[in-house]
Amino acid sequence: MCGIVGLFLKDKTLEPKLGSMLSDMLTVMCDRGPDSAGFAVYGAGDTTRVKLTLRSAKPLDDVVKDLEAGLGVAVSAVLRETHLVVTLPADKEDAARAWLASTRPEATVVGAGQRMELYKEVGRPDAVAERFGLAGMSGTHGIGHTRMATESAVTTNGAHPFSTGADQCLVHNGSLSNHNAVRRTLLREGIAIETENDSEVAAGYLTWRMREGASLKEALEASLKDLDGFYTFVVGTETGFAVLRDPIACKPAVMAETDDYVAFGSEYRALAGLPGIETARVWEPEPATVYAWERA
Amino acid sequence: MPVVDLGTTPLRELNAALHALSKDTNETHWHVINPQGKHAVAVGLDAPVTVEIQGHVGYYCAGMNQHATVIVSGNAGVGLAENMMSGEVRVRGDASQSAGATGQGGLLVIDGNASARCGISMKGIDIVVKGSIGPMSAFMAQTGNLVVLGDAGEALGDSIYEARLFVRGEVKSLGADCEEKAVTDEDRAVLSGLLERAGADARADEFKLYGSARTLYHFHVDNAGAY
Repeated sequence: MCGIVGLFLKDKTLEPKLGSMLSDMLTVMCDRGPDSAGFAVYGAGDTTRVKLTLRSAKPLDDVVKDLEAGLGVAVSAVLRETHLVVTLPADKEDAARAWLASTRPEATVVGAGQRMELYKEVGRPDAVAERFGLAGMSGTHGIGHTRMATESAVTTNGAHPFSTGADQCLVHNGSLSNHNAVRRTLLREGIAIETENDSEVAAGYLTWRMREGASLKEALEASLKDLDGFYTFVVGTETGFAVLRDPIACKPAVMAETDDYVAFGSEYRALAGLPGIETARVWEPEPATVYAWERA
Repeated sequence: MPVVDLGTTPLRELNAALHALSKDTNETHWHVINPQGKHAVAVGLDAPVTVEIQGHVGYYCAGMNQHATVIVSGNAGVGLAENMMSGEVRVRGDASQSAGATGQGGLLVIDGNASARCGISMKGIDIVVKGSIGPMSAFMAQTGNLVVLGDAGEALGDSIYEARLFVRGEVKSLGADCEEKAVTDEDRAVLSGLLERAGADARADEFKLYGSARTLYHFHVDNAGAY
């Protein structure tokens, strides 16, 4: 089954509440996906620095000190349970990744970008959101996922969101049938795919298309031709937020829009607690139609 | 008049209370507030009562309805009035996929739009949609009437057995074995009656009728290669 949620704020004064709104939405979707959960939040950041979200089963406390020594620059970091978000000069990203790969191979970079932080873990979604303190996070937009596994095992690696490019992430409800063939194409094109999961292939496909010059909307339109299967995708980029359903609308989706936000839920229940929902425009996205928003 | 607040009352309590009503109950008018998109609100009713729901409901609202009138002042999720047997279900907003699926009787009125697969496998229900309907509607429809004041999406009436599909607006495409039919006096009388019961502002002569071409009823040897 799986549940997905997304929230894109238009009203800046709501930004400190993004995490609490998204957390409430994710919690309602526990029933649709009790195996694992994850979310990505677009918080503060600028072009001179990059945020790397690291995940490791081993303690990450001393990574910062070692990384600073290894790179010779100041690094700031926030530790949340199994995830550590380190912020460092953008030109040191490659060096940091190389240092991590050689000295901390157990730590995986699950997301990177100017503003995106990404957390995912096995467990009930409400518990996962609480462990990482989602309710206290602020940001401009965010997406979340509650997983009922079908195409790959219940592991943290199989949890959503998937990020295959800077500030890009995707959550997926459904299953893709041609992901093995597309994965081979993407690997040939130099897109890093880490898992056997079908949804990561969808994320990688969009990264590839955008790398080749497509906008988020154009990349999703191209996916209608190249990805086969059932899907509702919700996708985030540094400035954008988009939704796409497969041509027969196999998986549920409801959207709501007010002057203050655009919200997505697998079911209306997930949106029922949002402020002003009573007077929001509520609609079901059409099949095979890309809905996209960009921050002004 | 009972008022049930689903913000504080468990859904099962509401449904159990509605199921406990006898046919001659005096509690004939119920109000439900704060449905918050919950699933299976007012399912399985079996008494001639009216349940008015204020707000949006989730999946399967008023499913299996018999005798009762259920009115939703809001939108409805997937499977609205699924397998309805009799009575009336009215939605003031939009309905999601598979509205009226497998319905065997009664009247379903949707003031807004209905999305994909409206009236899928309908078996005698009457459905009036004042807006438009999505793709694959009336798939394998068996009997009953679907009336659409707006447009119909792709593959209307695919693999239809019988049932009348009246559409006032555009039909994006017809499904396999569905064709436009001549409208008889009897068809027009059925349509007029339904428009009146639904409170729809339309005239019967504005609609086209679609139904079964009946070419899929029996195996045809020329089609053997298609299997």
